[in-house]
Amino acid sequence: MARTRWHLKRAFSAFMAVSGVALLAGLASQVEGIRPLLAFAVPYAALTILLLGLSWRVIRWSKAPVPFRIPTVCGQEKSLPWIKAGWLESPSSTPGVIARMSLEVLLFRSLFRNTRARLGAGPKLIYGEAKWLWLGALAFHWSLLVVLLRHLRFVVEPVPRLAVFLDGVDGFFQVGAPVLYATDILLLAGLLYLLQRRLREPQIRFISLFTDYFALFLLLGIAISGVWMRYLARVDVVAVKQLALSLTIFSPSLPKNLSALFFAHLALVSALAAYLPFSKLMHVGGVFLSPTRNLANNNRSKRHVNPWNYPVKVHTYEEWEDEFRDKMKAAGMPVEKD
Amino acid sequence: MSTPKPEELVQIQYTAPPEGWMNPAVEFRKGTFCYSALARNLNYLGLPNAREWQPFDADWKLPADWKRIILDGMAERLRKYRSFRLFMDICVRCGACADKCHFYIGSGDPKNMPVLRAELLRSVYRRYFTLSGQLFGSLAGARDLTEDVIKEWFYYFHQCTECRRCSVFCPYGIDTAEITMIVRELLGLIGCNINWVLEPAANCFRTGNHLGIQPHGFKDSVDFAVDELEEITGVRVEASINRKGAEVLLVVPSADYFGTPHYYTFLGYLALLHEVGLDYTFSAFASEGGNFGLFNSHEMIKRLNAKVYMEAKRLGVKWILGGECGHMWRVLHQYMDTMNGPADFLEVPVSPVTGTRFENTRSTKMVHICEFTADLIHHGKLKLDPSRNGRWNVTFHDSCNPARSMGLIEEPRYILRNVCHQFHEMPENTIREQTFCCGSGSGLGTDENFEMRMRGGLPRANAVKYVHEKHGVNLLACICAIDKATLPPLLEYWVPGVDVAGVHELVGNALVMRGEKERSTDLRGEPMVQEELAHA
Repeated sequence: MARTRWHLKRAFSAFMAVSGVALLAGLASQVEGIRPLLAFAVPYAALTILLLGLSWRVIRWSKAPVPFRIPTVCGQEKSLPWIKAGWLESPSSTPGVIARMSLEVLLFRSLFRNTRARLGAGPKLIYGEAKWLWLGALAFHWSLLVVLLRHLRFVVEPVPRLAVFLDGVDGFFQVGAPVLYATDILLLAGLLYLLQRRLREPQIRFISLFTDYFALFLLLGIAISGVWMRYLARVDVVAVKQLALSLTIFSPSLPKNLSALFFAHLALVSALAAYLPFSKLMHVGGVFLSPTRNLANNNRSKRHVNPWNYPVKVHTYEEWEDEFRDKMKAAGMPVEKD
Repeated sequence: MSTPKPEELVQIQYTAPPEGWMNPAVEFRKGTFCYSALARNLNYLGLPNAREWQPFDADWKLPADWKRIILDGMAERLRKYRSFRLFMDICVRCGACADKCHFYIGSGDPKNMPVLRAELLRSVYRRYFTLSGQLFGSLAGARDLTEDVIKEWFYYFHQCTECRRCSVFCPYGIDTAEITMIVRELLGLIGCNINWVLEPAANCFRTGNHLGIQPHGFKDSVDFAVDELEEITGVRVEASINRKGAEVLLVVPSADYFGTPHYYTFLGYLALLHEVGLDYTFSAFASEGGNFGLFNSHEMIKRLNAKVYMEAKRLGVKWILGGECGHMWRVLHQYMDTMNGPADFLEVPVSPVTGTRFENTRSTKMVHICEFTADLIHHGKLKLDPSRNGRWNVTFHDSCNPARSMGLIEEPRYILRNVCHQFHEMPENTIREQTFCCGSGSGLGTDENFEMRMRGGLPRANAVKYVHEKHGVNLLACICAIDKATLPPLLEYWVPGVDVAGVHELVGNALVMRGEKERSTDLRGEPMVQEELAHA
């Protein structure tokens, strides 16, 4: 009983926090006077925090030097010409690094390696395939990107070709009206997979913090409210676009028929934007800077300079010989001074 | 000290305690930790806060302002290392690393999941260096820095061998080795070091090698090896020390000329380099390539490593050749040039035997002996008789650092395939970049830590067991001095019947030398006739 309590408490409080934001925004939007606050002030503030916070974090990372070239090498080094070098997993040049990073950022290469260790009788350690995390993460991240890009049609007029194109691809199966987007399903499925994993797998449950659940529930809240608006509540898309466009040209105007659901969605998105710079979600920027991945394994052919390299106290040859000279001479070893 | 039997030790519970992980209290149970560094070693190295204490003492006699020292130390390192700041910030706790750590697999202790080991530090980082941690405390995963946290760090960051396996699986490349190095530096600031690291470091600083062997003692063991090699092969080789004007400086780990089975590898080097006529010298001053600074602090790495280039310059050699050693090669490959370079007084290494120019070392000018030997074999410069290794059925253990920090993966395999007939790989998930640590790296290979070493070495030993049972493998070849010291007791414990050898021991066995006598024994002095038995 006590075992479940610890992690459930965390998950539950995160759930309550996210529900609180959504409910509060939904209720407050019913009050005429507060509505402009929710429609204008909150998104603007959130966006400001996002942009400033993001830049601040990235600048702070970039300002910290990379004193040593420490790639985690996952393949054969480039050494003798007749040994095939792992140009991708052990890149020795910039193109290789770019390729390695692209695989990492776009396809989650390292997560694809994942295995599951099991200790069987014997004892016998068995390393099984474990690709679900990779698949779930990939489904979630790519869907989120496509969903985000699809939203361009709300804030740009005329609707960008990219958004139109994605709309077409995403709704390829032409199921239902409005057409069901594949990414909506994948996004929800990905998030639910990640959440159940945190709740069910004992090890993951043990390491999960409130903030891990908070991020997941926030994203789930956004996805669910969005899906609800599109397929069930049928939000007034024209009104949404009118508000969004007015925000982009800094001349906000508030259309009449926006639902509480919409305001909940907007508030959750704003919360996510404002929260992102202070959270682990910063991995979105950090992954590019990771020195174990974005450096070439050319350590012995190209010198890496440490900007703060400083002189240290060493034991010199002279000091050493001074201590051992007599013994060295007795043993017939060459010395510098007699 | 009574060590549990293998069948007891393997009853591993992978369950997590119900109350979460934030309570830092640890129990220092005998067999699972290393003793503190002696004050005289700290004093010799000029390190702060030397004192007499032990991890199992209630009072660690920390300096009065220990907390400020740690927090200032963290702040300084957050400024100096992008890796540190980034790795504190971006972990999403996906848990992919959890069961990749040999200490977690072998102990089941959840704080040995790399993610959680890092959280032990991250929670303090959040509390003192992030807004959310200051505002929301434990809700944001923040913890106060207390004396218990220091003890917890000491315990768990000496249950990490800096092997970097978790980093291979992390989607952001978060490297626990980097975090462990930083924490050990922080602990060092308040005088909490382990003796198995600092005594070798102090020895190395003073005499040139970890074992504290003085120059004449070093000469004795080299001379002895020359005699012994003559006895076995009938060939008298030359091995000079501190000889100016030699073409090459050979730097090996000190265990090679003092430990067993390292010593047979040393004989292998002597035979090989004589046979190809390399003009080389040892240095008694730089008689250690291994670098225990790596297990203590970045500054100590630099202090100990400096003598390699200093000595190459003094002796006027053209380039440097390095022996079989794991952590040594992490330093030589990833740190030496940056810390103590540029080596502009040396020349780009060229093998005088084959004419091969080692372009991959054109900046550091230091070649791994496996690269050198593989090149010799490829050019047909060696006469090899693999049947002389006929009694061995070999597998290869990739040492963590040559594999994951260098990518030295094919060279040793190429050599092994040319010097022995029977070679079998261990399972895919336990070799190359996914190789498992011996469980005793990074200065943890001490006897008082025996139980934890056997736990940490379980995954490696278990993979050996697999090929032992399936293919009859009876020899584990490797290229690391710590491996050679700690794998024999590990295998004895988990897989009796498998020996450990360096790659160049097998080279030395197979090498047909000009003018050699009828060979009756291998480099171990054991009869070679067993080869026929093995073949029969």
